[in-house]
Amino acid sequence: MSQFARAEKAEASVRKGGRDMHPLAKMVLQRLGLGLVTLFVVSIIIFSAVELLPGDIAQQILGQAATPETVAAFRAELGLDRPPVERYFDWLAGAMIGDFGQSLANQREISSLIGGRFANTLFLAGYAAMIAIPLSVILGLLAALYRNSFFDRFINMVTLSSISFPEFFVAYILIVFLAVRGQVFPAISSLNEDMSLLDMLYRAFLPALTLTLVVTAHMMRMTRAAIINLLASPYIEMARLKGMSQARVIVKHALPNALAPIINVIALNLAYLVTGVVLVEVVFVYPGLGQLLVDSVANRDITVVQASCLIFAGVYILLNLLADILSIATNPRLMHRK
Amino acid sequence: MIDLKMNRRRFLAATAATALVAGMPSLGYAAEPKKGGILRAGLSGGSTSDSLDPATYAAGPVVYAMMGAVCNNLTEIDAEGNAKPELAESIEPSADAKTWTFTLHKGVTFSNGKAMTSADVIASYNHHRGKDTKSGAKSLLEQVADIRADGDHSVIFELKSGNADFPFVAADYHLVIMPAKEDGSMDWQSGLGTGGYVLAAHDPGVRIKLTRREDYWKSDRAWFDEVELLHINDSTARQNALATGEVDVIDRVDTKTVHLLKRFPNVEILEVTGTAHYTMPMFTDMAPFDDVNVRLALKHGIDREDMVRKVLRGHGRVGNDHPIAPANRFFAKDLEQRVFDPDKAKFHLKKAGLTSLDVDLSTSNAAFNGAVDSAVLFKETASKAGINVNVIREPDDGYWSNVWLKKPFCFSYWNGRPTEDWMFSLVYAKGADWNDAHWDNMRFNELLLAARSELDDDKRRVMYEEMQMLCRDDGGTIIPMFANYIDARTNKVGHDKLASNRFLDGWKFIERWWSMA
Repeated sequence: MSQFARAEKAEASVRKGGRDMHPLAKMVLQRLGLGLVTLFVVSIIIFSAVELLPGDIAQQILGQAATPETVAAFRAELGLDRPPVERYFDWLAGAMIGDFGQSLANQREISSLIGGRFANTLFLAGYAAMIAIPLSVILGLLAALYRNSFFDRFINMVTLSSISFPEFFVAYILIVFLAVRGQVFPAISSLNEDMSLLDMLYRAFLPALTLTLVVTAHMMRMTRAAIINLLASPYIEMARLKGMSQARVIVKHALPNALAPIINVIALNLAYLVTGVVLVEVVFVYPGLGQLLVDSVANRDITVVQASCLIFAGVYILLNLLADILSIATNPRLMHRK
Repeated sequence: MIDLKMNRRRFLAATAATALVAGMPSLGYAAEPKKGGILRAGLSGGSTSDSLDPATYAAGPVVYAMMGAVCNNLTEIDAEGNAKPELAESIEPSADAKTWTFTLHKGVTFSNGKAMTSADVIASYNHHRGKDTKSGAKSLLEQVADIRADGDHSVIFELKSGNADFPFVAADYHLVIMPAKEDGSMDWQSGLGTGGYVLAAHDPGVRIKLTRREDYWKSDRAWFDEVELLHINDSTARQNALATGEVDVIDRVDTKTVHLLKRFPNVEILEVTGTAHYTMPMFTDMAPFDDVNVRLALKHGIDREDMVRKVLRGHGRVGNDHPIAPANRFFAKDLEQRVFDPDKAKFHLKKAGLTSLDVDLSTSNAAFNGAVDSAVLFKETASKAGINVNVIREPDDGYWSNVWLKKPFCFSYWNGRPTEDWMFSLVYAKGADWNDAHWDNMRFNELLLAARSELDDDKRRVMYEEMQMLCRDDGGTIIPMFANYIDARTNKVGHDKLASNRFLDGWKFIERWWSMA
């Protein structure tokens, strides 16, 4: 194919793609709409689940010091003596216009309570992802390239071992060697707003490393499997017969076709990094959203629980949507569906 | 687990430290306090739901900060366990101990410059009184009939009946003095107090930052320039933070790992025998516990020594089935210690007309860390006396609202109180909200009232000793052990003799301790 013909073909496909973008946009809108419905259902489930838990916030906060009169006074102050359905719709009406209300426990604005915590969670997740995603994709490619070699087996063994340990155990091991004995990194990662970015990266390194160790195996194995799966296809054989090197075959021909499953598993792991890191937060005293959610559930602070859960659910929905869009975008066959 | 081998360097460091200790009373114990430095503490019990409202205070960083640094009370408990005037200059009781006049210090200001007057004291106390309060101190202040001001610097408390220990009540951690609003209610939202520190930042469940006030009315308190309280609920994380020098002070050291923490050469363990105790209340108005012989059989079927050794790992002392600790003023020293005696237990069972006994015991580590182990140990020892204890493990979540006070036989925890009257009135008096054993002993209740208004200490001693005996022999509560308060610090901070009423110098370490750096 001459260079000119190739360029013309590329131009044509862009023009054609431009006309066909419509279904993709439609899908995005559809999915966002469904996402809103999902959030609504999630909020109902969360609200009923917290209602079903024994005890309420008045009893939890007063704890051992609760008497029937003080609990009643506390409930009246918070409006908890009203029926649950009424309270739910009150909350929903507020949430519709973006007002998530105040924490029942300390009357702080939910937005200010959650804002900083959510930023911290995103920071840690982003930090871990920056290390983990390139690392696992490259390791996966290398493992596929040197399939069944000593290197492949070694990488598999190490990553599978680190995913098999519970994350708090990995965290404690890192603390023993890198904080207590080595004294290289701090044992706790308490961040605050007067820290520089460099300081924050330094203090959050151990939790980010822990999370990296926990998520790498999944993404690495998926990359390896997706590529190995494609290596049996006829077009790869064709490429090989042309005399291409194995590395070039994998990166140029196999990887683009393997992107969809890899993107999906990355999205899943990103969602985990945002929503599933409570244990790591506890061990490193990291002020993230997970700890806030656990505290709030224990205290039955329903307004905070609702807001945090909606954020988590929203993150899942958006990441899945993003994964689907990217899978379609990287696969012309899906883009030009008839 | 942190395993520290004794290498050569550590050995040298440890021996050097020992030599120092031998030369001085204790590291950082007697050195002169001086201004300056930063205090960083890792504290347990902090939660996102923490509020500055004193009505909701329990243990935790907010109370350390507010009661121990930002605000003052009318009185405070000193290292010897006495109630000393704090914001009050002098305290005068009437002859029947019913009317108490507190004369306030003049020239005390809140951190916004407003002078502290009797109106603020009254507003702060009324916050915990009345029908609509949610305060944990409500039942404590039921005894107060009226509070009135006598000028700007004098407050008169009228009690419903005499109470010789009223100055101790004023030291309660709920009863901090905060400014009054125009309408006479208390302004807790602004977080202002008369103490040596100002609340600079509060991120609930994460950290509290305090800065020193230069115009503090006490000249011999509040030494650090800045204080940072990190909320670290995980006990391993707390100990790691101390061991790696991220913080200088931690509270509640886990008894399981005290010996490991001790090996760090720059760490000092602070252990005080206080008033905290573990209890096992049984409903005395319900079969089979309504028979005093059944109660005595159970009390003899528990091996306290063994429990202190295994559950507390030696960091505590055995209890004698009454809630008064050696740290209390009228502790009955000569009262015979009850010991594990299966034969006596069998004897009492027989007296109750039983050959064997089956009881359900509800437990959970929410009551105290180790409550489940304690229950299992009790099951073992009681079986030797023909008592079959069925251990029911309840969920931690909601333990205080669903199990305690609801189940006939369960575990509970009390921090203890500085006075006998307070402890007894709170949990052992007839009709008390927290009388978790439903115990009603006429003689005990009479003595409680008589001792309360008695101002003569010798007469009170006799009465309180009899009450401890009644509690031990007739009461519905097994009190197997008293737990020590165990905290730890690095050698960067110094302090005087520690108060024994709570963790960390009676929760007052921020104001009382100083920097050694």
